[in-house]
Amino acid sequence: MKRWLPLGVFLVLIGFFAKGLFLNPREVPSPLIGRPAPVISLPVVGDAQRAFTTADMKGQVWLLNVWAPWCVSCREEHKFLMALAQSRTGPPVVGLNWKDRNREAARLLAFTGNPYVAVPDDPSGRAGIDWGVTGTPETFLIDRDGIVRFKHVGPIDPVVWQNKFVPRLKELGA
Amino acid sequence: MRRLALALLLGAALGARAAEPAAAPSPAAPPMAQPLHADVAIEARLTALSRELRCVVCQNEALSDSPAELAEAMRREIRDLMKAGKSDQEVIDFLVARYGDFVLFRPPLKPLTYLLWAGPFLFLALGGLAWTLALRARRGARPAPVNPAQLAAAARLLDDKP
Repeated sequence: MKRWLPLGVFLVLIGFFAKGLFLNPREVPSPLIGRPAPVISLPVVGDAQRAFTTADMKGQVWLLNVWAPWCVSCREEHKFLMALAQSRTGPPVVGLNWKDRNREAARLLAFTGNPYVAVPDDPSGRAGIDWGVTGTPETFLIDRDGIVRFKHVGPIDPVVWQNKFVPRLKELGA
Repeated sequence: MRRLALALLLGAALGARAAEPAAAPSPAAPPMAQPLHADVAIEARLTALSRELRCVVCQNEALSDSPAELAEAMRREIRDLMKAGKSDQEVIDFLVARYGDFVLFRPPLKPLTYLLWAGPFLFLALGGLAWTLALRARRGARPAPVNPAQLAAAARLLDDKP
């Protein structure tokens, strides 16, 4: 029995290391979960006269998708968001255009389609800091009372949507 | 040999724990990516504070050392807050409210982090216990008692009496 103790300790350590190896270091729990959504008040891409504020979404369950024209995995995600918008089964998605210094968002959306109900423009990334954004894409789920319920880091695909968003949307009655 | 292996494992476990706080950069950190601004006092505070903060993109780098674009934006944000007269603690609270305790290189002591802080001492106690048990086992390893009849027989043989 005693002879196997070091092997046992070693296997437990290997277990911990193996688990650690397969964790995504970008998935840091957001302190915003369960808290009121930070206020965004920014002009909208393509129409500097119009502004988007988070108050516009009050009473709805909605998604804030942080994206950027220079973000490659956002292009992949864009296809899914387009399909979701066309199916009319998902919640409204607001696309925060994050650090778009080259002002490409309007042109890109005109070319590839616009799945968003509004595209607030955040060239400095300051609104992103308020939301604790560390990169693109990131997606937040906000409930009817304006409380952040969930954050997903990385692109949304049909599997992520089915496993992570659909159950939570059902729970919120959307 | 067995004991040595155990000691090595415990040492490795302790080392892994101890390495976490050591992730804070040494005082001789490389200079920041951006040149100093006019307000030297604020820059000094920014530099000191951002050594204690994690760059959330590069994760194991301090905010003061990171050339990442987001780190630059966060330093700018901190600079603006300091210019607005915020204290270091207010700046830290601002960042923790947005990025969580993860931005701090020294995690605060709270129920979630008790194990993290107590971990090294826990491992030390475990190692001490294992050591004590091993010593006790060695001390207990005396020759087995011989029964009196055998002793008498041996004495007879040694005395070489018929």
